[in-house]
Amino acid sequence: MSANQVVESLLALSQQEELVDLPKDYLLSESEDEGDGDGERKHQKLLEAISSLDGKNRRKSAERSEASLKVSEFNVSSEGSGEKLVLADLLEPVKTSSFLATVKKQLNRVKSKKVVELPLNKEKIEQIHREAAFGKTSQILSKWDPVILKNRQAEQLAFPLGKEQPAIAPIEHVLSGWKARTPLEQEIFTLLHKNKQPVTDPLLTPVEKASLHAMSLEEAKMRRAELQRARALQSYYEAKARREKKIKSKKYHKLVKKGKAKKALKEFEQLRKANPAAALEELEKIEKARMMERMSLKHQNSGKWAKSKAIMAKYDLEARQAMQEQLAKNKELTQKLQVASESEEEEGGAEEVEELLVPDAVNEVQMNVNGPNPWMLRSCTSDTKEAAAEEDPEQLPEPVAHEVSESEGEERPEAEDDTLLREFEERRSLRKRSELNQDAEPAGSQETKDSSSQEVLSELRALSQKLKENHQSRKQKASSEGTVPQVQREEPAPEEEEPLLLQRPERVQTLEELEKEECFQNKELSRPVLEGHWSEKIPNNHPDAPKEKKKEEEMIDLQNLLTTQSLSVKSLAVPTIEMLEDEVERNQRQMIKEAFAGDDVIRDFLKEKREAAEASKPKDVDLTLPGWGEWGGVGLKPSAKKRRRFLIKAPEGPPRKDKNLPNVIINEKRNIHAAAHQVRVLPYPFTHHRQFERTIQTPIGFTWNTQRAFQKLTTPKVITKPGHIIKPIKAEDVGYRSSSRSDISVIQRNPKRVTTRHKKQLKKNSAD
Amino acid sequence: MKVKMLSRNPDNYVRETKFDLQRVPRNYDPALHPFEVPREYVRALNATKLERVFAKPFLASLDGHRDGVNCLAKHPKNLATVLSGACDGEVRIWNLTQRKCIRTIQAHEGFVRGICTRFCGTSFFTVGDDKTVKQWKMDGPGYGEEEEPLHTILGKTVYTGIDHHWKEAVFATCGQQVDIWDEQRTNPICSMTWGFDSISSVKFNPIETFLLGSCASDRNIVLYDMRQATPLKKVILDMRTNTICWNPMEAFIFTAANEDYNLYTFDMRALDTPVMVHMDHVSAVLDVDYSPTGKEFVSASFDKSIRIFPIDKSRSREVYHTKRMQHVICVKWTSDSKYIMCGSDEMNIRLWKANASEKLGVLTSREKAAKDYNQKLKEKFQHHPHIKRIARHRHLPKSIYSQIQEQRIMKEARRRKEMNRIKHSKPGSVPVVSEKKKHVVAVVK
Repeated sequence: MSANQVVESLLALSQQEELVDLPKDYLLSESEDEGDGDGERKHQKLLEAISSLDGKNRRKSAERSEASLKVSEFNVSSEGSGEKLVLADLLEPVKTSSFLATVKKQLNRVKSKKVVELPLNKEKIEQIHREAAFGKTSQILSKWDPVILKNRQAEQLAFPLGKEQPAIAPIEHVLSGWKARTPLEQEIFTLLHKNKQPVTDPLLTPVEKASLHAMSLEEAKMRRAELQRARALQSYYEAKARREKKIKSKKYHKLVKKGKAKKALKEFEQLRKANPAAALEELEKIEKARMMERMSLKHQNSGKWAKSKAIMAKYDLEARQAMQEQLAKNKELTQKLQVASESEEEEGGAEEVEELLVPDAVNEVQMNVNGPNPWMLRSCTSDTKEAAAEEDPEQLPEPVAHEVSESEGEERPEAEDDTLLREFEERRSLRKRSELNQDAEPAGSQETKDSSSQEVLSELRALSQKLKENHQSRKQKASSEGTVPQVQREEPAPEEEEPLLLQRPERVQTLEELEKEECFQNKELSRPVLEGHWSEKIPNNHPDAPKEKKKEEEMIDLQNLLTTQSLSVKSLAVPTIEMLEDEVERNQRQMIKEAFAGDDVIRDFLKEKREAAEASKPKDVDLTLPGWGEWGGVGLKPSAKKRRRFLIKAPEGPPRKDKNLPNVIINEKRNIHAAAHQVRVLPYPFTHHRQFERTIQTPIGFTWNTQRAFQKLTTPKVITKPGHIIKPIKAEDVGYRSSSRSDISVIQRNPKRVTTRHKKQLKKNSAD
Repeated sequence: MKVKMLSRNPDNYVRETKFDLQRVPRNYDPALHPFEVPREYVRALNATKLERVFAKPFLASLDGHRDGVNCLAKHPKNLATVLSGACDGEVRIWNLTQRKCIRTIQAHEGFVRGICTRFCGTSFFTVGDDKTVKQWKMDGPGYGEEEEPLHTILGKTVYTGIDHHWKEAVFATCGQQVDIWDEQRTNPICSMTWGFDSISSVKFNPIETFLLGSCASDRNIVLYDMRQATPLKKVILDMRTNTICWNPMEAFIFTAANEDYNLYTFDMRALDTPVMVHMDHVSAVLDVDYSPTGKEFVSASFDKSIRIFPIDKSRSREVYHTKRMQHVICVKWTSDSKYIMCGSDEMNIRLWKANASEKLGVLTSREKAAKDYNQKLKEKFQHHPHIKRIARHRHLPKSIYSQIQEQRIMKEARRRKEMNRIKHSKPGSVPVVSEKKKHVVAVVK
């Protein structure tokens, strides 16, 4: 800007100089506008020339004539015409020729170019440099603004900022500088050297390296792939096995087993066809297994497991099935294979064996199915009986129970060995019965199906029996005794209700009283209406109605008092108004009154004052314990005597300071002793006292906060690590890219020279 | 019959090891812990009192110099090593853990004006009144070798200060002009001047390392750009600035220690108004150094005390003095931000704790928790009058105390006079100048 000013001033100066150059004759024209100067000037000149012709009033011209005014070929001056001479004008009269055209062009070009300005002085240039450099630097620095702002506002800053490199040097570096001195060390060193144990990086001895190299790369790769595949397969298989093992479905496992057996058989068949010798061997193996099984008592019902299952079989269908399965297995294993011996006699023998070996329980059930067993006959009949009973339980309930007891009695004399057998029998009978039930009563079938053992069933039956009996007996009772119980049943309810009914009026009364008291305390204007309403509502119920009325009267009196008081205060304030008799002022008052017609300020103030006084009054302390020394409970109140006795009346405080000042409320709450500990001025960062109070009121200690919250609340603002050097912040620390060029290289490139860019900037600055 | 029993998760009451603390279940119901504010207030009061009780900042005095200590330098890689130059041309290297001098060099004839270490910590530079710049090895000479500088540069004029670049093999000296030197050359690669006056100190910016700041005896502070080899801006203050120090965490902030008892923190982009005027000293401030965290700085003064200022406060938070400490000429804050060293006229270097009541050494986690809690409490209740009074109370030597009183009176009188002048003149004719703007005479572009 300053450069600009300089240029401008220069221009102005040159103009002035031009003006000074002008002859004094033209003073008149000087004052005139320069725009239309040419014509007038000529005109003036002409007039002067004419006047000079006249001899009388010839006046010596003040202008000093010079030789240059005369036109000569050696000296060209523009002064005469008052215009700058342009070269092109001189050339005009010359006849146009081809070679002159080029000259003209050149002249035009020269004309279009501006005159080179004077170079600025050194100080100026330096200043411009400095300004440019400063602008650039502050631009570079402004990239730190967000970082600094963030750091200043950060809840916590942990120094050192960047990640530190560990100060401990790697062991190789330490070792390289170390030499063995003692003989022991030397010995160890020689050993290590013999081994060619490397100290530095690769950490593999030559031998190890050689062994690594021994296997070619491809081979190693293939091997590795193979191993990987095997491992993968194994893992798949394991996973599958685990999954299958987890399946709990018996049916599934059975199917799997069956499938396996079938497969084995098929394979065996194929083997027999393809390779009889191998098949024979296989057969022998199977035979051997069979023999082993026969020798052992593995799959009979004498094992621990089998015994436990036998006990369980009584209740559990699945256990029973498992037992049967095992027996079947036994049978299968102990059976001699027919492939080996194809004679029928032996088969018969095998059957005999089977009959011998298969436990009685299984066989006998089958026999039972086939034909009537004398042992079982009775129970069968009983079954039918039972079925009959099931069909018509209502008719014959008792016999069934008897039957159950009988069957239980039967069990006792029999030997323990037969328990299993009986169980199965019972089961069968049960099943049969359930089938029958299904036929007879589809609705009841669900029950019987669900109950797996007879005992449960019998119990159920007994239960139903009992129920029925109860019902019947009740009915009978009902019929015999008639309507009496009904009355009896209904009796207790009224008894309960009665006290409520009795209580109700009383409670209403108490409520009423409470309400009265409340309204008495409130002293509101709208109360009397309500009061009247109530009294209308319950006039005859109250024995203490006159009392009520008395209270009402009292209330009204108080209100009257209130209103009168306010009026009196008004009258105190009013005189000032009346004193000013001026019309204008009265008008103004009127206007103000109209404007604030809605709000009664004086009354509000009085109310506020009254409230303040009320609040500052010491309160009575009521120490009555309800129920102490008398009856207590809902709706009961301690007696008036007791209340009077235990009510500690607060001593009358000192009179309020504003007692005699009608227009003032003086707050008497301020405690001088506490004031010394209180903050008087709102501290700086807070904008509102409530904000400050809130920060003070939230505790930060461990007494009030959980461990975590306590830690969070008490984290220090700046954390430093002891013994760690904190380096100045770096561009890399905050994610900026630091300049790749070093400062020194930049200096060496432009040693005290102004770069072209600077020149440009300089020019721009001067042009502004 | 079913027996019902209490069952608890053993994780809730069994310790993992016997060294663990017993777990005590707590009920945080606020109704059970009443009077939060009064209780915390009492705790804060106690913490503040204890802080004053335990405020024992003085750690050690390193004596050995035979003349006043004129300059100090920190080792950039080693916390325990400190270098000091004295007014008799002697340079000493100290070990702070042993509190002993480990090496003594007769470096110059006359004052050692400036000392600085190379960024790698292998060597250091000194300038002296004998117009020389010398580079020394940090390790002492081997047995039988003579103590000799690595390089010596003989200049034409006296150098009054030196500072090393933070990353490259470049250093800057000041005297009649600011010279930038390559370590390998005997001639400066660039010298910058603005006006003709002796420059008392020059400092490289630690973050934007091409920036330099210097202060001259014609009351100005000049900023330079090393890359563009040009000065940037000059600010003229009321009185001479003795030295400046750049904030190591905020690239454009620097603080100037002035002869008019004040320190001025400037944002170098806006020099016409200082960001903050720090006033508490009662005599010329001779040196200033920033804490490496950039949150505080320490100043040394001619009034025989050092003070610690937070960067955003105009009043100091701490003042250190001892009976024997004379005019403090140089001060440094150690690189771990825990200690402060100051060198003074009476030939001693003193070591102080940066935080007067801090417990040194390893803290247990409970101690740490208690310390943090107390700190927060003090912060929370710092505006309460009693706590504020106790926290602010410092014992001062009589000279400083009376000086403070006197200056307060003078200041009050000046203020009153100004108010009167404003009151009795045409409104608007006497401008109200803020305290910040009052001290800046001009900014020269």
